[in-house]
Amino acid sequence: MKPAPFAYHRPETVDDGLALLAAHGAEAKPLAGGQSLIPAMNFRLARPAVLVDLNRIAALAYVREEADGTRIGAMTRQRTVERDPLVSRRAPLLAEALPHVAHAQIRNRGTLGGSVAHADPAGEIPAVLLALGASFVLRGPGGSRTVPAERFFTGLFETALAPGELLVEIVIPAMRARTGWAFVEVARRHGDYALAGVAATVTLDDAGRCREARIALLGVSAGPVLARRAARELAGELPSDKRLREAAGAASAKDIDPPGDIHASSAYRRQLVAVLTRRALATAFERGAASGAEPGP
Amino acid sequence: MTDRVPIQVAVNGQRRAGEVEPRLLLSDFLRQDLGLTGTHVGCEHGVCGACTVLLDGDAVRSCLMLAVQADGHDVTTVEGLTPPGAGDALHPLQAAFHESHALQCGFCTPGILMTMIPFLQDHPAPDEREIREALAGNLCRCTGYQNIVEAVRLAASRRAVPTPAEGARG
Amino acid sequence: MAERYVGARVPRSEDARLLTGRALFVDDVQLDGMLHVAFVRSEHAHGRLRGVDAAAARRHPGVVAVYTAADLGDYWKPGPLLVPPPPIPDLIFHACTQVPLARDKVRHVGEPVAMIVAESRYVAEDAAADVIVDIDPLPAVVDLEAAMAPGAPRVHEHLASNLAAHVVQRTGDYDAARAGAHLVVRRRFHYDRGLSAAIENRCVVAQWDPRAEELTVWDTTQAPIPIRNGLAAMLGLSESQVRVVAPFIGGGFGPKIMMYYPEEVLVPWAAIRLGRPVKWAEDRHENFFATTQERGQVHDAELAVAKDGRILGVRDVFLHDTGAYDPYGLTVPINSQCTLLGPYDVPAYDTEFTAVFTTKPIVTPVRGAGRQHGVFVMERLLDIAARDLGLDRLAIRRRNYLSRDRFPHDHHILFQDSGPLVYDSGDYAPALEQAAGLIGYDRFIREEQPRLRAAGRHVGIGIVSYIEGTGIGPYEGARVTIEPSGHVRVATGVGTQGQGHFTAFAQIVADVLGVAIERVHVVTGDTREFHWGTGTFASRGAVVAGTACHAAATKVRERIGEVASRLFGVSADQLEVADGRVRVRGTDRSIDLGALSAQSNPLRGAVRPGTEPGLEATAYYGPDRGSTASGVHALLLEVDPETAMVEILKYVVVHDCGRLINPMLVEGQVQGGVAHGIGNAFYEQLVWDANGQLQNASLMDYLLPTATEVPRVETAHRETASPLNPIGLKGVGEAGCIPTGAAFAQALEDALADYHIEITEIPLSPDRLFALLQRTTPERRNLVVVEGDFLFHLPRRTVWDALQDPALLVRALPGGMQLERSGESSYDGLMKVGVGPVTAAEFTVRVTILDQEPPVRFGMVVDGRSALGFTRGSAQVTLTEGPEGTTMRYRAELQIGGRIAGLGQRLLDTASRLITRQGLEVLHRELATRAGREGPA
Repeated sequence: MKPAPFAYHRPETVDDGLALLAAHGAEAKPLAGGQSLIPAMNFRLARPAVLVDLNRIAALAYVREEADGTRIGAMTRQRTVERDPLVSRRAPLLAEALPHVAHAQIRNRGTLGGSVAHADPAGEIPAVLLALGASFVLRGPGGSRTVPAERFFTGLFETALAPGELLVEIVIPAMRARTGWAFVEVARRHGDYALAGVAATVTLDDAGRCREARIALLGVSAGPVLARRAARELAGELPSDKRLREAAGAASAKDIDPPGDIHASSAYRRQLVAVLTRRALATAFERGAASGAEPGP
Repeated sequence: MTDRVPIQVAVNGQRRAGEVEPRLLLSDFLRQDLGLTGTHVGCEHGVCGACTVLLDGDAVRSCLMLAVQADGHDVTTVEGLTPPGAGDALHPLQAAFHESHALQCGFCTPGILMTMIPFLQDHPAPDEREIREALAGNLCRCTGYQNIVEAVRLAASRRAVPTPAEGARG
Repeated sequence: MAERYVGARVPRSEDARLLTGRALFVDDVQLDGMLHVAFVRSEHAHGRLRGVDAAAARRHPGVVAVYTAADLGDYWKPGPLLVPPPPIPDLIFHACTQVPLARDKVRHVGEPVAMIVAESRYVAEDAAADVIVDIDPLPAVVDLEAAMAPGAPRVHEHLASNLAAHVVQRTGDYDAARAGAHLVVRRRFHYDRGLSAAIENRCVVAQWDPRAEELTVWDTTQAPIPIRNGLAAMLGLSESQVRVVAPFIGGGFGPKIMMYYPEEVLVPWAAIRLGRPVKWAEDRHENFFATTQERGQVHDAELAVAKDGRILGVRDVFLHDTGAYDPYGLTVPINSQCTLLGPYDVPAYDTEFTAVFTTKPIVTPVRGAGRQHGVFVMERLLDIAARDLGLDRLAIRRRNYLSRDRFPHDHHILFQDSGPLVYDSGDYAPALEQAAGLIGYDRFIREEQPRLRAAGRHVGIGIVSYIEGTGIGPYEGARVTIEPSGHVRVATGVGTQGQGHFTAFAQIVADVLGVAIERVHVVTGDTREFHWGTGTFASRGAVVAGTACHAAATKVRERIGEVASRLFGVSADQLEVADGRVRVRGTDRSIDLGALSAQSNPLRGAVRPGTEPGLEATAYYGPDRGSTASGVHALLLEVDPETAMVEILKYVVVHDCGRLINPMLVEGQVQGGVAHGIGNAFYEQLVWDANGQLQNASLMDYLLPTATEVPRVETAHRETASPLNPIGLKGVGEAGCIPTGAAFAQALEDALADYHIEITEIPLSPDRLFALLQRTTPERRNLVVVEGDFLFHLPRRTVWDALQDPALLVRALPGGMQLERSGESSYDGLMKVGVGPVTAAEFTVRVTILDQEPPVRFGMVVDGRSALGFTRGSAQVTLTEGPEGTTMRYRAELQIGGRIAGLGQRLLDTASRLITRQGLEVLHRELATRAGREGPA
């Protein structure tokens, strides 16, 4: 279990990184935290001819608050994000989900941007960012563009990143007032890929009715999925047990067609989505009601 | 550039230079090039935790890093917990493992020690749940983990691992 | 002699080296000029090996040698039968043992086919990809019943069937017992395969010293001495020319006693041949195939009981999966057979098993070694009988325990060591009461459970008994030497894998010799130090080697008496030995044992006739039969029936392994065993598909329990001494994992009492539990199945014609590169497929069209090969014309083999569905463009 040979480059700026990717074309693979890519290379499932190691691009590691929300550099380590006080204030859903991402030793290397670009269907981070309505800043040889999460995750490990483009920043909009959140998942062991998981935000009106719900499901499709039908069931509704069950039922029955594998049949995944969606929504409604009218908790 | 790359790594406080193929895993560099065989290799896909070392003070899997990525960084291995030539003198965390019978075959132990050192720096008074979650990234087949949990509690109760503010790391 | 150490919680002397990283493990051995090995292994579970083309690999820079079976010459021979079957009347046994490198046929995925020796492991793995292995696949033999069906493909074709062994043992008259029974409970029980999963993989390093003409082999073995003897014989060397060292071993759990692994045979041979040191370090992926495994059995068992729950008899007929070869004989199934009886009085026992060859890795003992199957069957039958009779679970056990006055108890069947199954001693009922007290059984049943149930919580209790045959022969030895420094050196032949032997043996010797334990140094696992013995297995190290240490130390103590009585001119009974000195009682005349040792080995003068120099003795201990340990496990667990997730809340073990040498070490063994047992119960399962491909060949998908899954284990000791050895020892190594599955199953049923499910299988999982709760039959995912409908807004003929056009089809294939007609109804192609992190691999593909009925339906067979693995499958396509266009109905079944099968399961379902869908959409767009119409809505 040793990697096949490859050529190695370690640019120190994004421009140099982009130039290297342009020079090597499809042969080149960017290396972020490496916690998914290097195991795949050790198994020789991944055999990139050229690795462009982004770990020396210091300018891509930061967490800062700006007018439009929290901006996180793509190469910021997951562990740094997890412990960042700004993140736990401004994006508590992300802070709540990160401890479920593998183990501390992995999160010490793994980067936020790496998980987004990798787009593992069972990844927690893509689903959370989808629920938060995040957008991603991509840079390519022709300049930058910003893609919302809804349009970024396009398929199984597939994203809107064009060849030669790099994800450089994650932008998480400020949470609106009376917004609650919850992250729940079922994994076989602590730190495993989830069999199914739910990241949800619910914004309430003054009467405690749902103005908007964003329910992102993980582990049950080719990528993170927004449970739109479940969200529609909630629009304008109070969180009665019946209503939550109906919404969760819609998520489970209509929003997904989950795959089966050795750990969970398709039917079991549907069941988990129904249960976890209901639980996540209950918590999110509760937190939304408890939070004040001011934006952000 | 599959050619060898010169690197310099501060390992256990000593500057070590090497010339490595880019694909060489940090675990192999430590074990084979530097002869620091206390870092063990159990799975090479980031699950078992036996190869855990400190990179600039943080626990990382050395099988999921290339040696060339450690260039210019500090690495601490289990050999760095006790000064060279210290014989059987043990770091307080190691002593707690010995007293609590927290190891049997001892193969996973170095990785567990290297995981727990920064954990105790961050959590000077951890509860059992926190310890178990912090241990979940290290597999042990012999002990059933119970005595490892005991050892970590014992070390914590003695404040065996100073927090960064209290003293030098590991 | 005051006992100071035996029975005390003495901390381990080996810890310091392990904690500081100084301990030597085999993979730590680094030698100048050392070469590294990688193996090319079969991707197929079963097939004819047509040829191995290693020419390109041999040319690879950095490769020193590549060996195939043909290159081994006379050295190629099947391994020995390690454990001949016991002399049971009418027993059938077919020995088919493993070979160093496959020749003619491969019989399981991972069987080694070629050996590459290179300057580094990295280069060896590079070159492995250059070896072309031509295998003509045969149907795999996976399911045990199907393997025994008439006409099943045969793993060993010189045999008439896949039957490896058939054994019947009977005691009493079961038919009469059954006829007189109030209730007969009959069930089928399944127990599936798992790994030993030592965190250290196997490793072999060999060095030939041409000057000394000596071979040194470092080997992760539990049995260094038999390895040395075997290697010497195979290589034509004398035993004294071969030194085998088993230094610190990172966990054994059984498979490291298997011999001789192909790698163990080949690495020393290559080192001699190449004149350079050679290392092979198994990687984790190889470990899933190359290291032996255990646990597949299917039991049809019945229990006949009287109205009061008294056992009248048991009948058990089972199939045992022995894997592709059976070098370890019948140890595992006979353990199952014998352990089923448990601590109970079973007047009639009718037991029969068939061991079955399958195309899966070899089965040899793994911690528990078949015992857990017997316990699972018996305890489950008792639980079901208790329920049907309206008896409490404790009551039915109490009613059937062998009472204290029944020992030694002969069951009148034969055990795995070929001796009669006789329990030496035991006291079972008090252990049950103690465990029930510790877990709070009565209060839980009476008060807590009703309260929890009323609150909607599903918490259950489980409590089961077991026995463990331990400490069997043939023998072990030890040499004890008092050195002139006063230090005591103890050498034994057993290997040690973390059990604490260094400390336990030192405790025994220190007490006998009256010295401080710090002065006692134990060496094990080095044939240069001691070269008689068998190894560490069957929970026997402490019992057998420990007793040998005791015997050797006792002889040294006698020597001390002889030498000191001459020195002081007193009789031996006037001497006392304590604190490292021998002293004449009531006087101040004494001498340090080190000084006495020096005097007993003079530089001048004579050693008297009939005596020997030095204070040294060697002794052996060979028990006639094993000692029987026992215990009770009890647990509380909670189930979330909505998610089928389970949490263990409390776990209690009451354990009796006779006299305790070191309670701390025993507790450690029990705690680790329970963790392994919990893994077997709910987390660990090797999942094979119908083609013999392992579907979870990584630690991401094979789930070893971590600190968050394993509960705290509360342990209580009972000490019913064994009469078979002077200290009264019984073994403990496997106890923790033997009854865990049975206890877990009982507690789960109890927790889910309102669901009325019955657990008759191990391992379980949340997925399986969900299926049980839903009353659905489990899906067995053997194949990737892709099926669906697709509407083309086009006439059927257009669609049909398009499907005959390779130029068009190639655009619809994922990564299609080329597709050419290669025959009447076949196409050859090349495509490049990758998903996510998996780099696109080039597949060579052959598609053969069958059963064509234009323009309505056709079938096809696909065969694709790449460096990542292979795919074979079939598809049926039907076209139906309707008002909106043509509906294509498709169903494809794909076998996936090789690396992607074991590592990519999580993604295969989604990936194959997506690829099909995308391909059809491309096809439709192409067709629509041709037809000048719109694409699909």
